[in-house]
Amino acid sequence: METKTVKDIAFLARMRVADDQLEALAGELSGIIGWVEQLAEVDTEGVEPMTSVVEMTLPRRDDAVTDGRCREAVLANAPDRTEDFYTVPKVVE
Amino acid sequence: MTSRLTDLSVAEAGEGLRTGAFSSVELTRSLLDAIERARDANAFITVTPEIALERAAASDARRAEGTAAGPLDGIPIAIKDLFCTEGVLTTAGSHILDGFVPTYESTVSAKLRAAGAVMLGKTNLDEFAMGSSNVTSFYGPVKNPWGPKDGKDLVPGGSSGGSAAAVAGRLSLAATGTDTGGSIRQPASFCGIVGMKPTYGRCSRWGIVAFASSLDQAGPMAGTVRDTAIMLGAMAGHDPKDSTSAPVAVPDFEAALTGDIRGLRVGIPKEYRIDGMAGEIDALWRQGVDWLEAAGAETIEVSLPHTRYALATYYIVAPAEASSNLARYDGVRYGLRVAGDTLDEMYENTRGEGFGAEVRRRILIGTYVLSAGYYDAYYLKAQKVRTLIARDFSRAFETVDVILTPTAPSDAFAIGDKMDDPITMYLNDVFTVPTSLAGLPGISVPVGLSARGLPLGLQLIGRAFDEETVLRTAGVLEQAAGFDVRPAAGAG
Repeated sequence: METKTVKDIAFLARMRVADDQLEALAGELSGIIGWVEQLAEVDTEGVEPMTSVVEMTLPRRDDAVTDGRCREAVLANAPDRTEDFYTVPKVVE
Repeated sequence: MTSRLTDLSVAEAGEGLRTGAFSSVELTRSLLDAIERARDANAFITVTPEIALERAAASDARRAEGTAAGPLDGIPIAIKDLFCTEGVLTTAGSHILDGFVPTYESTVSAKLRAAGAVMLGKTNLDEFAMGSSNVTSFYGPVKNPWGPKDGKDLVPGGSSGGSAAAVAGRLSLAATGTDTGGSIRQPASFCGIVGMKPTYGRCSRWGIVAFASSLDQAGPMAGTVRDTAIMLGAMAGHDPKDSTSAPVAVPDFEAALTGDIRGLRVGIPKEYRIDGMAGEIDALWRQGVDWLEAAGAETIEVSLPHTRYALATYYIVAPAEASSNLARYDGVRYGLRVAGDTLDEMYENTRGEGFGAEVRRRILIGTYVLSAGYYDAYYLKAQKVRTLIARDFSRAFETVDVILTPTAPSDAFAIGDKMDDPITMYLNDVFTVPTSLAGLPGISVPVGLSARGLPLGLQLIGRAFDEETVLRTAGVLEQAAGFDVRPAAGAG
């Protein structure tokens, strides 16, 4: 894995990685990816990918409101808020 | 009954509370004092003495009125700091959750509270439960009470390292843990206690900080198999708030401890006899076979041919799910926020500073294997191999009732060891990860000491939702091993 790839996936994950750490990370990640690539040797022809860990049908519920009116609880942990809103840096000029 | 209240098992303490030998407040105080004396072990991130004493007093009042709830009423326990607790700081061992005080209670901790259990505090863990040593916690490593050894402090294992160290160090009678690839069982083995990962879906995941949602499962950690059964009974049960929580009845797990395993068929998977396995681990495993046979069980060699691919499968599936789950830490709704000129910069700064090295590594791996062009080659392939791993177990369980393996490939190592290469650390979970991928129940029971005098556990694996057979067999193993050695740090 090249340092450019690490930089790209770090941006996809919105996680800053200092330039001087890219090289070391590329080495570590290449090691892990190289190691997991051993799965290529397993014959999975006709095998369904696992989508449910235990055999059960996903339950359905009524499409009804069961919760709400707890604005203060929702906003209680906001690192920054204005009145009843979360705040973010300006996104529209 | 032992003289020190901190040395009691959950079952013994319950008896003492019933007979009025002591009160929950007295019991709770003695454990809070022990926690205070053992601050240096760093087993707890947050201690909650006011809450503990208030709940203990409430329990004593219920008992006086004759309305005590059951075997956990008035019993002090510790909660892994991955469970959201209303009004109490919840960190997941991460900088990015700085100051997060949930306004709600996880289902499992709420059920324990409803059963009358007294929360002593929140235990330390690897950051976001990602680790096998408790070394990745933002709040620093935990010291295993069995150390130091050869002048070095030992890890308690991980990720539920604080919970394991608290129980082994007699700072709590029992604790909750969570297990994604071995995070209850491996620390239980390292600390000489019992730890059980129930079947996926047995305990609600609601209110537990998510790591890998198809693998995460809450479970009990305690000093004895009986205590583990008592804890599981209170923690388990269907929860409509977790769609993967199974709508199945909760049996009386304690009643499953009959001590009778005559005729039980115990599988010994030949693929777990890995290259370079330590002689003492192999010897202990053979000893386990002898114990179970002496109790009337029949042992049968079974084959789990895809075992060798389990770790690689896990290290695709778990990081992929983690990268998705951890996308929520955006500096907007809770926790740490590091300023930036644009929204993207604020995200990048917050997440760059808030996540530690191991979490960052896994988010990057997960993002990579899920990214366009790689999804089929990695993630889809891993989910197919996962099907094969689960199928191996299904086939084995056509001929056996339970499977016996070692829990971990070694005893506890020194803090700072195995840090040079991430894969060396990942190998700790070689025996526990397959069970997690298949969603099956597994338990670690302490059965002996290594040549260095450190505890070692054996693992029992059962069919989905057959925790009773696992616990019954574990009880027999515990009885036969007679493991009652205590770490020096907890003795006194």
